[in-house]
Amino acid sequence: MRLVVPRLGDLVQDVRSKNAGPFTVTMDIFCGADAVFERIRKELTNHDVARLFATEPHSLRRFELPDLRVVKFSMRRPQIQGSLADRDMHAAQFAELLREYSLPGCPVTPGKPPKSSG
Amino acid sequence: MPTQVLVPAGVLGLKFDRRALARGLDRQPDIIAIDGGSTDSGPYYLGASVSKYSRAVTRAEWTELMIARNRNRIPLVLTTAGTCGTDACVDWMLEITREVAHDLGQTLRVATIKSSQDNTKVAQNLDHGRIHELADAPSIDRETLLACDNIVALAGTEQVSAALSTDSDIIITGRATDTAAIAALPLMRGAHPGAAWHGAKIAECGALCSTRPLTGVISVNFDSDGFEVEAMADNAHCTPHSVSAHMLYENADPFQLAEPGGVLDVSKAKYTALDAGRVRVRGSVWRPSDRYCVKLEGARFTGYQTSILTILRQERYVTRAAEWVKKLENFLHAEIDGIDNPDIHLEFRLIGANAALGQLERCRATGCEVGVLCLVTAPAQETANQIAKLINPYLLHFPLSEDESLPTFAFPYSPAESERGQIYEFCLQHVMELDHPLDAFRLETHEIGRATSR
Repeated sequence: MRLVVPRLGDLVQDVRSKNAGPFTVTMDIFCGADAVFERIRKELTNHDVARLFATEPHSLRRFELPDLRVVKFSMRRPQIQGSLADRDMHAAQFAELLREYSLPGCPVTPGKPPKSSG
Repeated sequence: MPTQVLVPAGVLGLKFDRRALARGLDRQPDIIAIDGGSTDSGPYYLGASVSKYSRAVTRAEWTELMIARNRNRIPLVLTTAGTCGTDACVDWMLEITREVAHDLGQTLRVATIKSSQDNTKVAQNLDHGRIHELADAPSIDRETLLACDNIVALAGTEQVSAALSTDSDIIITGRATDTAAIAALPLMRGAHPGAAWHGAKIAECGALCSTRPLTGVISVNFDSDGFEVEAMADNAHCTPHSVSAHMLYENADPFQLAEPGGVLDVSKAKYTALDAGRVRVRGSVWRPSDRYCVKLEGARFTGYQTSILTILRQERYVTRAAEWVKKLENFLHAEIDGIDNPDIHLEFRLIGANAALGQLERCRATGCEVGVLCLVTAPAQETANQIAKLINPYLLHFPLSEDESLPTFAFPYSPAESERGQIYEFCLQHVMELDHPLDAFRLETHEIGRATSR
């Protein structure tokens, strides 16, 4: 049986990103189940996320909301919204980098629910 | 005294459910509040001082809200008129209101609040240390401020309250915070301050805090202890999850929200379902600040732009698109006079490869075709057009190597060049201290409508 490393988007309910004003982008990971929330909160480090967005871990603002089972990150927009170098006016595609990110943690067997590490 | 605010939609111009609006009016709200703007669509609107939504759509929706106001005889408040909320956009909205009042035979008092700032005065405030950076702010100096085409300050509830105190039927403001229109009346009537700001934040995007985000209409009931929120459309429900999750949306910090005059803290807020569609919220805290500051937004001219789009379909070119662009750029820099001028900005983006994410893109998959978007930006439109015209033949025919027959790529339209006009950029993420909330704003009243003499 082949083991695959799950992508974040396959585990969670939804991921979205959006401008929070022209200078900041914010990303919300809606984990859905408590077990998934616990896993993402443990395994998705600031270091991983900073590397995805070519920034420094200390420049990320991280929020964990157990009631909503959400892990949230905010950071300076790599390009100011709508400036010459900007490519995505609403910064909504940043979410796809998170969705497609392979968690380095434990692999899962296809077809079975992801193992909770909580 | 409880205060009920009816919010028809997250923005004027984006439609609302008419039946839901009628249902909301039947609840006997104390005020109708709607926002007209945002920076979300980019710097062009503030730079050029124009509305994103067409005049016709704005007028049609505003007509319905003016009829609704007249039916219930309650105030109607529009904040951030015309997307960017400059003085010109307030005048534009007032002109529309005059026309509609005339058509409907309504005689009205309209209060306007103007938010545009004199660049020189803002620069003086910078000199006097009264301008402060917010998170992620770019660095600025006097020149940045003087170079802005438009600077607006964001009005808060104090300015909207001043307008409400003129006993006007309609209030139209320039740039204001998203929450100002909704929170002002509850605060004037003694609602719990944390609840007033929090409820306003929840309702400012209309039905986005419900299970049917596109229906628009939301009703919020504020009292001395908390607030209750309910969606007005059929089958639209506000749930503790849909309401609390809205604090994540577009907010860098889901717990703390800075507003003129203080900070809203919702970290201790409790969301309780009253029934299948209504949520009650308590425990939000408002912390007044020592200084009264208003946020500034500014946009300045960057250049004139012309674009060309070409599409590569031949497999050899699709798989080597990045290399092709690199060779093309080298060729153009060698062949076209003046293209190296630092005032000229030339960029190619590969649609189908990394056009949305640029260097952050990690996916290496390619499809059967790739679009090449060429953007030329120059200090004058004519210069941008000329350069685009010089590049045109190469975007159609440039070969990967010299020893092959000339390829021809797909131009999707004629002319291949599209003039994009003036381009702007946001340059302020700052607040300005004021001695008095109305210092940076101008409040006026206007008696409008058909002068029916009896």
